[in-house]
Amino acid sequence: MAKQHISFSLNGQQVDALVEPRELLVHTIRETLSLTGTHIGCETSHCGVCTVDLDGVSVKACTVLAMQANGSEVMTVEGLADADGLHAVQQAFIEEHGLQCGFCTPGMLVRAYRFLRDNPNPTDEEIRWGMSGNLCRCTGYQNIIKAVHSAAQKLQQA
Amino acid sequence: MIPSGFEYHAASSVQDAIRLLTENEDAKILAGGHSLLPMMKLRFAEPAHLVDINGLRELKGIDRDGDVIQIGAMTTENELIASEILQQHCPLLVDAAKLVADPQVRNRGTVGGDVAHGDPGNDHPAVMLALDAEFVIQGPEGERTTPANGFYLGTYWTGLGEDELLTAIRVPVIKTGTGYGYNKLKRKTGDYATAGSPVVLTLDSDVCREIRIGLTNVAPMAIRAEAAEDLLRGQVVTEALIEQAAEQVMAACDPAEDLRGDVEYKTHMAAEMARRSIRDALARARS
Ligand SMILES: Cc1cc2nc3c(=O)[nH]c(=O)nc-3n(C[C@H](O)[C@H](O)[C@H](O)COP(=O)(O)OP(=O)(O)OC[C@H]3O[C@@H](n4cnc5c(N)ncnc54)[C@H](O)[C@@H]3O)c2cc1C
Ligand code: FES
Ligand code: FES
Repeated sequence: MAKQHISFSLNGQQVDALVEPRELLVHTIRETLSLTGTHIGCETSHCGVCTVDLDGVSVKACTVLAMQANGSEVMTVEGLADADGLHAVQQAFIEEHGLQCGFCTPGMLVRAYRFLRDNPNPTDEEIRWGMSGNLCRCTGYQNIIKAVHSAAQKLQQA
Repeated sequence: MIPSGFEYHAASSVQDAIRLLTENEDAKILAGGHSLLPMMKLRFAEPAHLVDINGLRELKGIDRDGDVIQIGAMTTENELIASEILQQHCPLLVDAAKLVADPQVRNRGTVGGDVAHGDPGNDHPAVMLALDAEFVIQGPEGERTTPANGFYLGTYWTGLGEDELLTAIRVPVIKTGTGYGYNKLKRKTGDYATAGSPVVLTLDSDVCREIRIGLTNVAPMAIRAEAAEDLLRGQVVTEALIEQAAEQVMAACDPAEDLRGDVEYKTHMAAEMARRSIRDALARARS
């Protein structure tokens, strides 16, 4: 199948890629555009580790065609930190030990970022519901919930 | 895991989508892609052409016209949940959408894809049976509407033709005196139903005038438990009658054994989900 040209904004920068129609967005981001922060876990739409922000909503990049990102705005975990340092969500995951092996963390961070945009002052129950598309094999989730809570407070104070 | 090769077409209108379906052999609609792409990765589906309808704004949105709510096929699960019209006039759909998958999947997955796919594990088909919904379908010969009841013919087999597009779903407003409930047993958040049962019933001075009991994932397709409905229709619904109806629900089940459970377990769980939904619906109809 002939490759096709796509263009989209990735973490605020305009990027171009030649993709096969069957190529998944996560592969374009990792392999063609060399941003390997976004991980691949299950590849079957279950684990959420490939979560990116696509036009302001969280999606699993293993279940979106790269072609479908044409003309859109994508943000990955690499887009969280800025010149001033780590994003509040990242800082909170460090402080609250919201990670152990770290494999699930990119998806957790990008999802937590969007979740707190949509719901800046969530209850624990809302955090559990909002983060339920992301699996973690290590932490038992408790510290992830704490980290999202703490990030919410940091963002409210900022 | 990557799907096998296909040609990608972004449809520019409903007519264009139908043209692309008609002109291309072995073409499939791409809606949210959250059933289709996983199947394509596993080679359970290998369409030669995908017709992407995500650009069609006319297939989005929820409108009420009197007693009928029209929902565009490309409305996502999260848009159903956020809809004030549905929260107020058809909360059963909001409750059902909350039980579908997880937040990321609900951002992409569409109600049209969920009802058109024909997977007995999908939640909306049985809900549409219980609501007595109507499907609006466009094809090369124009538009037709068809009731949800009768649409589900088997696993991945519906009344939709290969070159037809589901454009909208019409559901009735749930009025005072009508109650509803959807109970779904799942192993974990984000899972398909082990068994599920949506119920809609109407009371008239505590007599059950109309009732529809749907069943999710306990037969080759979404079904109604009609013998159970017949038992309750025209009666004051007591616990003893619910028990008899539950027996009839079990008789209607024909589940496939899989990792979610064996036939006996799923059958019993379907009856329990139906009992709970009947009780929820009764309480809401009385309030
Ligand atoms: C991890 C995970 C968990 C899930 N859990 C649940 C769950 O608990 N409950 C549940 O109900 N679903 C669940 N799903 C499925 C999900 O809800 C899908 O989004 C849905 O089944 C299909 O909708 P879609 O928009 O993604 O359709 P697609 O995957 O794009 O399409 C599905 C099929 O329908 C056809 N189609 C789609 N739209 C139309 C249309 N307008 N006209 C004609 N044909 C059309 C396509 O050609 C295709 O054959 C889950 C999915 C995943 C990945
Ligand atoms: S890799 Fe995408 S959901 Fe697991
Ligand atoms: S920290 Fe190891 S999977 Fe979550």
